[in-house]
Amino acid sequence: MIADIVRSRAFVQHVVLLPVLLLVPAVAGRFYVYILAVIFVTGLLAMSLNLLAGHGGAYQFHHAAFYGVGAYTAALILTRTSLPAWVAFGAGPIAAAATGFVVGAICVRLNKLYFGMLQISLGSLIWILVLRWYSLTNGDDGIHGIPMPEFLSSATGVYYFVLGVVAVCLALMYLILKSPFGATLRAIRDNPQRCEAVGINVRRHQLIGIVVATFFAGVAGVLFVVLEGSVFPDMLFWVLSLEIFIMCLLGGWFTFYGPMLGAAIMVALRTFVGSYTDYWTLVLGIVLILLIFFLPEGIMGIHLRELVRQRGRRASMKAAE
Amino acid sequence: MEQSITLAGFTSQLLVGLSRAMILFIVSSGLSFILGVLRVPNVAHGSLYMIGAFVAHSVATAVGGVSGFWLALVLAPLAVAVISLIAERTLFCHLYEREHLMLLLFTFALMLILGDLTKITWGADYRSLTAPPFLQGSVSVLGTAFPRYNLFLLAVGPVVAVGLWLLTSRTMFGKIARAAAVDREMVGAIGINVSWVFALAFVLGCLLAGLGGALVSPTVSITLGMDHTIIIETFLIVTIGGLGNIWGALAGSLIFGITQSIGVLILPQFAIVFPYLAVVVILTLKPTGLLKSVW
Repeated sequence: MIADIVRSRAFVQHVVLLPVLLLVPAVAGRFYVYILAVIFVTGLLAMSLNLLAGHGGAYQFHHAAFYGVGAYTAALILTRTSLPAWVAFGAGPIAAAATGFVVGAICVRLNKLYFGMLQISLGSLIWILVLRWYSLTNGDDGIHGIPMPEFLSSATGVYYFVLGVVAVCLALMYLILKSPFGATLRAIRDNPQRCEAVGINVRRHQLIGIVVATFFAGVAGVLFVVLEGSVFPDMLFWVLSLEIFIMCLLGGWFTFYGPMLGAAIMVALRTFVGSYTDYWTLVLGIVLILLIFFLPEGIMGIHLRELVRQRGRRASMKAAE
Repeated sequence: MEQSITLAGFTSQLLVGLSRAMILFIVSSGLSFILGVLRVPNVAHGSLYMIGAFVAHSVATAVGGVSGFWLALVLAPLAVAVISLIAERTLFCHLYEREHLMLLLFTFALMLILGDLTKITWGADYRSLTAPPFLQGSVSVLGTAFPRYNLFLLAVGPVVAVGLWLLTSRTMFGKIARAAAVDREMVGAIGINVSWVFALAFVLGCLLAGLGGALVSPTVSITLGMDHTIIIETFLIVTIGGLGNIWGALAGSLIFGITQSIGVLILPQFAIVFPYLAVVVILTLKPTGLLKSVW
């Protein structure tokens, strides 16, 4: 399997891409380096959601709750305790995955829309706790000026840290999706009844999927803390969850990099449209409507459709021979 | 903190919770009705509620007096109904054949757009509205002073509940709407324009959101954020009640309103957490909601 991956075209593309990304801080201004890091973090969050939404077919409607849990866990350990930073960085994703396990165990008993509604209620419970537990979380104000270790004191250091962690996470996600487990997740998405019939434990696979995805959401949360040095309750708010959903849709559901592209477009739009007008959500709403009507498979989805058609043609030619 | 819970305090909180539940019921019954017929969670419902409140404020202050208040209660839901009819006929109706997720995302887009349009039209300032004179002040109920306006809400809630029940169970439209929810192709096959049935159901549900917004306007400060809180609350209410079940929406609203108001007596800072806890407990025990879902 490893040998296959090393020989693939995608691997070569990455080997070329990585040095380019490593060189960015040397040539680009500080602001662009920061925006790029924001894109990586948001993209990681969107891709973690897509593990479930695009590949798993689950209505994971409150993914932001786990992102927030990861971020708040790291932030609280960094500000309230004297534990080393790596403990905080490790605890964030673990706390997110643990929360994912509890929420997931309750939600997987139901399917589709009920799953989504139940998750919105459980996620909102976490949100409201963070918002109201003033003595622990500072409520509305959030936590600011979170102390960071020495190597994360410069913008460049933060960029390289974010890039490294995101790259490792993407590689892991790729391997997970390539594995038999990933194939099973897609099979459940396409036909849960048939999977049940051939002896796959659908709920257990979905639950494992949720734990994995929420773990990566927690990583994204920790990276947010590293990048911004602050956390606030809006990170757990339901509207953010829907925004991440749009990123997946925008870039392309059924592709690996689609959500990253979607996140890049959203972050760029927010940064540049937001600097011209106060009505950025109006623009977002219009973009979303256009997307639903004209591009339901997302930007990379079109490319995918073409690819499937070519492969189908090739396969039928082979069969004809 | 060490204040003992008196009977009078308990009664007054209970009545506050009940009147809050009436607002929640009116809004969530609309959401539940749309869910039942179209099978779409209308994310824009909260925005329509907010617009209802803003329109009611504008009408009531422009006309003034008692007639202004009644006119606001009529015009605000109508304005919301017109907005939802336009959105439904121009865009939403073309999506019925598509995946449900797309329908949900469309209503989310609508929420984003309506939120900013509200900001453009009314600005970001806080607004407040005073109730008409005959509903101002308070009356004595079991030894506690209770605002008259809340008693008015307690009267309106059941009227809406009964009206909606009669509409869905006793009229032709209600029967067709319920039939279309179960099997739209069959309903279409006997010559009924299903698209218009869906449109009317959507508009009726949205109208209830506008009515809820108009009714709540004298009791809260009318702001841009009010769509976000109500939409989460009403989503939870229809989920614990059973998706699409009107009586479930009533039960859910009562649970939501009362747990919060009683929570104020126990742990004021965390009062808002109590309804969410109630939701989690109910859904853990009975994941598909208290009453039978219409699906």
